[in-house]
Amino acid sequence: MSLIDSISLPRSVRLPRVDGLIQWIVPLAIIAIWQLASVTGFVPTRVLPAPSDVVLAGWKLLLSGELVRNIWVSFWRASIGFLIGGSIGFAFGLANGLSQLSAKLTDTTLQMVRNVPHLALIPLVILWFGIDESAKLFLVALGVFFPIYLNTLHGIRTVDPQLIEMGRIYGMTDGELFRRVIFPGALPSIFVGIRFALGIMWLTLIVAETIAASSGLGYMAMQAREFMLIDVVVLSILIYALLGKLADSASRVLERLTLAWHPAFQKR
Amino acid sequence: METALRTSLPETELASRANFAPHARVVREERPVHTSGPPLSIRGLRKSFGDNEVLRGIDLHIPAGQFVAVVGKSGCGKSTLLRLIAGLERIDAGSISFGGEIQPEDIRVMFQEPRLLPWARVLANVEVGLGRDRASGDAHARAEKALAEVGLADKREQWPSVLSGGQKQRVALARALVSRPRVLAFDEPLGALDALTRISMQRLLERVWRDQGFTAILVTHDVAEAVALADRVLVIEEGRIAHDVVVNAARPRQRGSAELAGLEGSILSHLLSADDRT
Ligand SMILES: Nc1ncnc2c1ncn2[C@@H]1O[C@H](COP(=O)(O)OP(=O)(O)OP(=O)(O)O)[C@@H](O)[C@H]1O
Ligand SMILES: [Mg+2]
Repeated sequence: MSLIDSISLPRSVRLPRVDGLIQWIVPLAIIAIWQLASVTGFVPTRVLPAPSDVVLAGWKLLLSGELVRNIWVSFWRASIGFLIGGSIGFAFGLANGLSQLSAKLTDTTLQMVRNVPHLALIPLVILWFGIDESAKLFLVALGVFFPIYLNTLHGIRTVDPQLIEMGRIYGMTDGELFRRVIFPGALPSIFVGIRFALGIMWLTLIVAETIAASSGLGYMAMQAREFMLIDVVVLSILIYALLGKLADSASRVLERLTLAWHPAFQKR
Repeated sequence: METALRTSLPETELASRANFAPHARVVREERPVHTSGPPLSIRGLRKSFGDNEVLRGIDLHIPAGQFVAVVGKSGCGKSTLLRLIAGLERIDAGSISFGGEIQPEDIRVMFQEPRLLPWARVLANVEVGLGRDRASGDAHARAEKALAEVGLADKREQWPSVLSGGQKQRVALARALVSRPRVLAFDEPLGALDALTRISMQRLLERVWRDQGFTAILVTHDVAEAVALADRVLVIEEGRIAHDVVVNAARPRQRGSAELAGLEGSILSHLLSADDRT
């Protein structure tokens, strides 16, 4: 926001606000049509409850404290799993991008493991960890690991060699070269990895919580299904969508702040 | 002839120079006023890449502070020679010696690409040129001074991506100059610029060379540029120096004067005849 404010062109101050409104027109219209279809009986509430019913269900769960608890549990699992898998992926990406030896040692193995769909491990993970927290964290971390590892590695390997030569000519030490040339050069690619990883993070968590959990949003949805509470099921799905959007927006803001130099992020 | 040239300096020439040098002096000597540049001696220099024998015995002496241009057809080893002088490539045989001790900061290279860090502001990019002095207290001030020297003081807070090609190359020049190098090696630094920008950059190069007195080695494929800027033009053929042409024309030089055009023509005919033979 402060970035936008600091630009004195009146056009670019006004535009983001209009843009911010435009993107909500379609979702709002869909909700309006949906409500209309439910109220007129065009769509039976057995199939899809009216938005107002969903909001009501959300309100009840909010009052009972159940909603906040479940969102919090899912959010906690997502972030801890992301942090663990992301840091390990980032560390391997750095090591293999910077050191030939490390790449020779581990890259082939990692590429092989990558070809196993991590959700296929669910039965094994349940055998190992039961339906414990660690089962979910393990799956999320594993899912997040690969996009971050691959994109960090790719980012570091594709840093312009001419810039690296320039850094050496101007007497940068290895540490400086990493800090001032290699890492900033790899950052756009790392962000691509983060955005991919966020998508995988939610997907993994939904599946894991639906299959093996005793709390969390996925668990809430499964419970509701058993009691035929279709409004709660729809509510859980919508909250997942909202959380996914939130994570994506957060990564975009971070990207815009750190990649201000990039022509793609400069406002015209 | 030379004195006549000096006294009848055209008004337009002076005015356009004044853009770069507000304090432009009317009387200019032919050589830098003070020379910080070391002399350079190359003996029996050889370099191969695999089976490809690129340089086959270069012998060359460059006096302190001289401006030397190197021309030759594409792939003849001009860049290789420059990279050897700058210490970016290992020597196979022979020697390169500068008169006396030389520090890494004393030699700077400018390439055809500006090689600016896209994620650093213009001023920070210039500070990179300070090498080990980057952390010193006057780093900012020195970088600002170098930026002012190339006429870009007002761009200090910009990202490189918003600069024009010529401006980027001027930032690269400021970065090369900021450590007050004693040898400056240019590898077709103006190759990617349009004709007008080239000419103003050539004037800028000549001015900083006069002011700072470094030893300059300019690789170029533009023979007109070589005779306009250099004291001496070397033609490389088959891995050796085939011709060594002294350019005696007084500075500031008149572009397109008969004297320079004649020299340019004879160097071009050297290059073309070599081309016919192969
Ligand atoms: N790092 C390298 N590895 C292998 N061969 C190289 C390398 N650098 C240069 N060469 C070869 O050395 C020869 C001379 O190259 P160089 O870049 O010095 O030519 P040049 O005179 O600068 O040409 P141009 O005018 O096109 O820039 C070429 O045949 C090139 O293929
Ligand atoms: Mg070259």
